[in-house]
Amino acid sequence: MTTRTLLQAINDGLHTVMKEDPSVLVFGEDVGVKGGVFLVTEGLQKEFGKERCFDTPLSEDGIVGAAIGMAMNGLKPVAEIQFQDFIFPAFDQIVSEAAKLRYRSGGQYTAPMVIRTPYGGGIQGGLYHSQSGEAYFCHTPGLKVVIPSTPHDAKGLLIASIEDPDPVLFLEPKALYRAVKGEVPEGHYTVDLTTLREARPGKDVVIFCYGAMVPVAMKAAELASENGIDCRVVDLRTLLPLDEEGVLEHAKAVGRVVVLHEAPRFCGYGGEISALIAENCIEYMEAPITRVAGFDTPFPNTLEHHYLPDHRRVLDAVERTYHF
Amino acid sequence: MELPAYDPQWLKDLLRYMLIVRCMDGRMMKLQRAGRIGFVGSMHGQEAAMIGACSALEAQDWLWSGLREGGAALMRGLPFSEYIAQMYCNSNDTAKGRQMCNHLQHKGSHYPSWSSVIGTQLPHGVGAAYAAKVRGLDEVHAIFFGDGATSSSGFHSGLNFAGVWEVPAVFCCVDNGWAISVPSSQQTAQLEYERKGECYGMPGYAVDGNDVLACFEAMKTLVARARGGGGPSLLVLRTYRMQGHSSSDDPTRYRDAAEVETWTKRDPLERITRFLESQGVLQAGEYARMESELLAEIDREIHIQEAAAPMPLKSLVEDVYGDIPRHLRKQYNEFLGVAKRYGDADVGDGVFPL
Ligand SMILES: Cc1ncc(C[n+]2csc(CCOP(=O)(O)OP(=O)(O)O)c2C)c(N)n1
Ligand SMILES: [Mg+2]
Repeated sequence: MTTRTLLQAINDGLHTVMKEDPSVLVFGEDVGVKGGVFLVTEGLQKEFGKERCFDTPLSEDGIVGAAIGMAMNGLKPVAEIQFQDFIFPAFDQIVSEAAKLRYRSGGQYTAPMVIRTPYGGGIQGGLYHSQSGEAYFCHTPGLKVVIPSTPHDAKGLLIASIEDPDPVLFLEPKALYRAVKGEVPEGHYTVDLTTLREARPGKDVVIFCYGAMVPVAMKAAELASENGIDCRVVDLRTLLPLDEEGVLEHAKAVGRVVVLHEAPRFCGYGGEISALIAENCIEYMEAPITRVAGFDTPFPNTLEHHYLPDHRRVLDAVERTYHF
Repeated sequence: MELPAYDPQWLKDLLRYMLIVRCMDGRMMKLQRAGRIGFVGSMHGQEAAMIGACSALEAQDWLWSGLREGGAALMRGLPFSEYIAQMYCNSNDTAKGRQMCNHLQHKGSHYPSWSSVIGTQLPHGVGAAYAAKVRGLDEVHAIFFGDGATSSSGFHSGLNFAGVWEVPAVFCCVDNGWAISVPSSQQTAQLEYERKGECYGMPGYAVDGNDVLACFEAMKTLVARARGGGGPSLLVLRTYRMQGHSSSDDPTRYRDAAEVETWTKRDPLERITRFLESQGVLQAGEYARMESELLAEIDREIHIQEAAAPMPLKSLVEDVYGDIPRHLRKQYNEFLGVAKRYGDADVGDGVFPL
């Protein structure tokens, strides 16, 4: 075990897999000599050479399209998109191609690959360096969508994603890159892509969340406990396919639900969680299911701290739910 | 070579515009280092390319921006006050503080708002040029972008459409050698970017981007061609990004000091200054005087913008649509309710990485 930041854990995960499997390639804009703009891929080119870790031309559809072809022909691409905001030129390749290849070929062809990309706010990056686009991709059957929130999970989920037989979009909460630290096992291990994680036990209100909102929920839970409200926090970590049984179990056990994400509310991922619970166990609910989310606006710049849900907004929802 | 007869005052103005770019850039970098503004994408080294090329435009022409043409916009009418307000993202910013620093715009001189997404402006410029053609407007659209952007799909669809529609546009590729840490050798196997025009049925030319008069002359020819109905063309301005990609980038991680040194010797301001002095257009001491006057003017404006109010909270929900829809009013009011009960949100401490 070593204490690592989330960023170091991802770097460690890439390192581990590249060492074990020569077919794993890491590429994208500025990932080579520079080591990525956030330095997630730092040192990889030095250790594994330019054939294994390299820079590409500035074309996201080129990056993802080529990754699909590599995956179809025996390589294991781990492509980086510099910011999730710049993934949209590759939307077609992800949604029409990577996600549908297995289905359209009757399982004859597949694209086992990982697209890593930092998402979310918190760096004063304005509307094109801050977005949380998970909902666009969760609406895409054939794709897996993973978002870690701890260093341990980041490494384990990443290795599992690289070994997965299907294309995985691995969204990295950039606000947590250096903000969270934790114990990370050495060497190879995986965190499976089928189960959520209980981040904090509690019996009064359950907060479902993922990525950068997990620490926000934890803080709100702590503050709520001072007011005698015992919050459970559940980190969904694999958004697609979702651990539906896990969600329902926690919802039934607690009976009061808050769903939290920083993406806009309308048609956001929280709507799916709410609907799942409403359809399957509404009779267990003692209060309306409440969503806390970003505004239904583009991501702001100077006002980002007001846009992003914080512990105050979560606490408010928790209290309303509890006292309903 | 015989030089065209330039008006001495015009030549001096050209130098002054380049100097504005240099001074503004230096001051913004200082403010960033002092933590007063968030982010600067330096124009240092590219003054001749942008000022030379854009000097060939008329007032009614449009300037579509790549990352670093704010200095040309200053020459074309963007006031210092608006430039600096945008860098502060304060309540005087015409974009209402919504964009990151360094994402400038100026409607009055046809300098449209641009997104951070590389390459998207090329098809926009083409469409606008097409509109000008259809509507019979006497406009040429100068569409700027970097060497890195030539890899984007926006570049390819932009040039392709422009060729088919024969629009009045000039594509200006500012080849500064680098796209963040990626050198041109990793960007393309055709390092003569100008030859990419041929694939789309338009002529392509390259010019020394540190020679302001060469940039002006080349652009003048191509603008005249476009204005006269001769269609689009591609002009590559070969220059160099003297600083990091931005205020957050450390270029020593990935490029040679010797390369930077070579280009330091080709400094575009020094070149035009030496030339004007040799021609007797610029007198001893004039450069220094110009510089100190400009810096004083910029500093005055910095003081004003430093004191300006930040954007009000309600701007969060404005301009998403023509008017604020009901659901956004509701979200905003709920948000105010939370602030009233629990206090205001904390300002984050995240830093921008590139
Ligand atoms: C679609 C897209 N991908 C990636 C980025 C991140 N990025 C910002 S600037 C840049 C390099 C641009 O290089 P170039 O076009 O040569 O312009 P320069 O910075 O040299 O002026 C990159 C990769 C982006 N803004 N948009
Ligand atoms: Mg460049």
